[in-house]
Amino acid sequence: MEVLKIATAGSVDDGKSTLIGRILYDTNSLTDDKLEAIEKNSRSKGYDYLDFSLATDGLVAEREQGITIDVAHIYFSTNKRSYIIADTPGHIEYTRNMVTGASTSQASIILVDARNGVIEQTKRHFFINNLLRVKEIIVAVNKMDLVNFEEGRFNEIKDQIQQLVDSASYKNQNITFVPISALKGDNVVKKSENTTWYTGETLLEHLEKIENKDVYEEAQARFPVQTVIRPKTDEYHDFRGYAGKIYGGDLSVGDEVVILPSETKSKIKEIHFFNEQFQSAKRGSSVTITLEDNVNVSRGDMIVKANEIPNVSKSLNATICWMDNNPLKPLSKYYLQHGVNNVATKIESIDSILATDFSGETTEVSELNLNDIGKVQLKVNKPLFYDSYDENKGNGAFILIDSQTNTTAGVGFING
Amino acid sequence: MKNILENNALENEAIFIIHEVAAQFEKPVLLFSGGKDSITLVRLAQKAFYPAKIPFPLLHVDTGHNFPETIEFRDNLVEELGLELIVRNVQDNIDAGRVKEETGKYASRNMLQTETLLDAIEEFGFDACIGGARRDEEKARAKERIFSVRDDFGQWDEKNQRPEVFDMLNGRIDLGQNVRVFPISNWTELDVWSYIEKEGIEIPSIYFAHKRPVFERDGLIWSANDEYVYRENDELVYEKIVRFRTVGDMSCTAAVESNAFIIEDVVREIRESKISERGARIDDKRSEAAMEKRKQQGYF
Ligand SMILES: Nc1nc2c(ncn2[C@@H]2O[C@H](COP(=O)(O)OP(=O)(O)O)[C@@H](O)[C@H]2O)c(=O)[nH]1
Repeated sequence: MEVLKIATAGSVDDGKSTLIGRILYDTNSLTDDKLEAIEKNSRSKGYDYLDFSLATDGLVAEREQGITIDVAHIYFSTNKRSYIIADTPGHIEYTRNMVTGASTSQASIILVDARNGVIEQTKRHFFINNLLRVKEIIVAVNKMDLVNFEEGRFNEIKDQIQQLVDSASYKNQNITFVPISALKGDNVVKKSENTTWYTGETLLEHLEKIENKDVYEEAQARFPVQTVIRPKTDEYHDFRGYAGKIYGGDLSVGDEVVILPSETKSKIKEIHFFNEQFQSAKRGSSVTITLEDNVNVSRGDMIVKANEIPNVSKSLNATICWMDNNPLKPLSKYYLQHGVNNVATKIESIDSILATDFSGETTEVSELNLNDIGKVQLKVNKPLFYDSYDENKGNGAFILIDSQTNTTAGVGFING
Repeated sequence: MKNILENNALENEAIFIIHEVAAQFEKPVLLFSGGKDSITLVRLAQKAFYPAKIPFPLLHVDTGHNFPETIEFRDNLVEELGLELIVRNVQDNIDAGRVKEETGKYASRNMLQTETLLDAIEEFGFDACIGGARRDEEKARAKERIFSVRDDFGQWDEKNQRPEVFDMLNGRIDLGQNVRVFPISNWTELDVWSYIEKEGIEIPSIYFAHKRPVFERDGLIWSANDEYVYRENDELVYEKIVRFRTVGDMSCTAAVESNAFIIEDVVREIRESKISERGARIDDKRSEAAMEKRKQQGYF
């Protein structure tokens, strides 16, 4: 079954929960008992409409505050495929959740309140989606019913977004604008009669047409070894398989490969998936491979094609989004997890903080605080075999782990 | 040898996660309930390590009120795959007076499983427990991470979860902590059923339509079993063709009317069905926040 992952972003009250609830309702994804709960809750609050936002709000604390505070996952499907929505909150202090949601998404829906147009939050949402290189962006201009479904207002907002696009660094994004009313259902799943001037697709029609590409774009093949499979049975006495997931490109039997960091050469002998063998496997596949030669390979090593060697260095230049309450300071030490490989790292310097409204960067920075995005120089204790995030998403990102609390404190995108 | 491996995104993701568990933890365990989700997990783990055996044991927290079909199925599966099975009984904790059994109309041993699970984690020193929970099951679960850190008391702190970016999983923990791992987080009920169909995975017979003595309560159909399931005098027993959509504790798992005798029928039924799976679990109806409260206490 094909799955498309979508992230949603919007400021509080832009109507994100309502939109998701509306999509679930119009695609018949709400089960009777959930619908019943929504009807009951809406009635008890005295509404004369269905409050679809109740379909998504999860935790008790949130229900009390009436806002979404973390990443929630919502599932629905059409005849064509399944969808997973990572619902990420919009208020300023939760940049980290948006980064989290966008990191696994093939598309992002950015909500704009038609009355307010592009506000600082919208710029931030767009900035983060651009930083993470999310390929498909849908700008849903919501609450069109409150601006009389005016084409002029819609076009103004389009122009405002276009200005952001012009100053963005990643240029390969496909950006689509849809005028909607989440509350009334206009152009979400069903075409609206109130926007005769709009000739484009409804939100769902557009989603259905998005090509289902791996989040990790096509690039050179990288095979980070997760674990070594050694059956130690009579039948498989000498079997040494390397289990992992293929990023970037495909792998085939007979490919000449190099094992990093040892730089040993070998050839792919077999590609196993469960009790079958394959001639080749595509990126995204979790497989177990064996090599022609009896070489020493362990977890964290990376197998690449012999003519596609990544960069190697102990110094990195990265853009980091900070996700922890304890600020990131120069000279501090962390664990750095690059895919499935772990090294120790020291922060050499923090060079700048990027303004998420595209207004540039501030130098003279002493630390990165929660939700700051900045440029940082790092040193690692062992050479890292990496690609820039621009070239190869899978091999160009890492997380920083606080050695005291063990928490994931930040995410980094390696610059070229 | 086949030509090109067709990949299935959900399956790849689950296998990736299971590999991470084996690599990052000293003493993982797979929590096995005998239900379709944990049976699916076993298949995924089998695939992940083939041709080696699954390198960790299964743990079954037995409420003592399981459907006998489930237990029989469990024992056959373990035998066939040559797995290690650990069983810990809720009954033992009740007998020792450590937990108190609920009584009356809605009595269930579901809550009591938590204690037994935490005891087993401590007894064996498990640092990672793989479970079959899915985010589509319940609203509170929608926010659960794939690696979810629990403290010494099995508590889940939903406000202080580690961000999970891309597919990088951070399993670093302190002594006494453990991680609950959910490889099929992103699967829906239909995804699981379709997978069982496609893979030809065997499941306990109670998932298929069969004749059974039942009674009705609150508009739901309950298995009539005088030993385990409390029944009022006016709740009359009759026979009906039913099947179960989950195979939890007998006392809190409702049946649905069904003519789905084979897997293809079940998949079709799920595709067309309009009652969510947990709607058929009575203890969630007690309160909307039920799951969240139980999770904070360490329930799966
Ligand atoms: N008139 C109108 N109101 C809307 C629309 N979408 C959402 N709302 C209302 O805006 C408020 C905030 O919506 P909600 O979905 O909770 O926003 P969230 O904070 O972004 O999740 C609620 O009162 C909704 O009923 C819309 O398209 N038109």
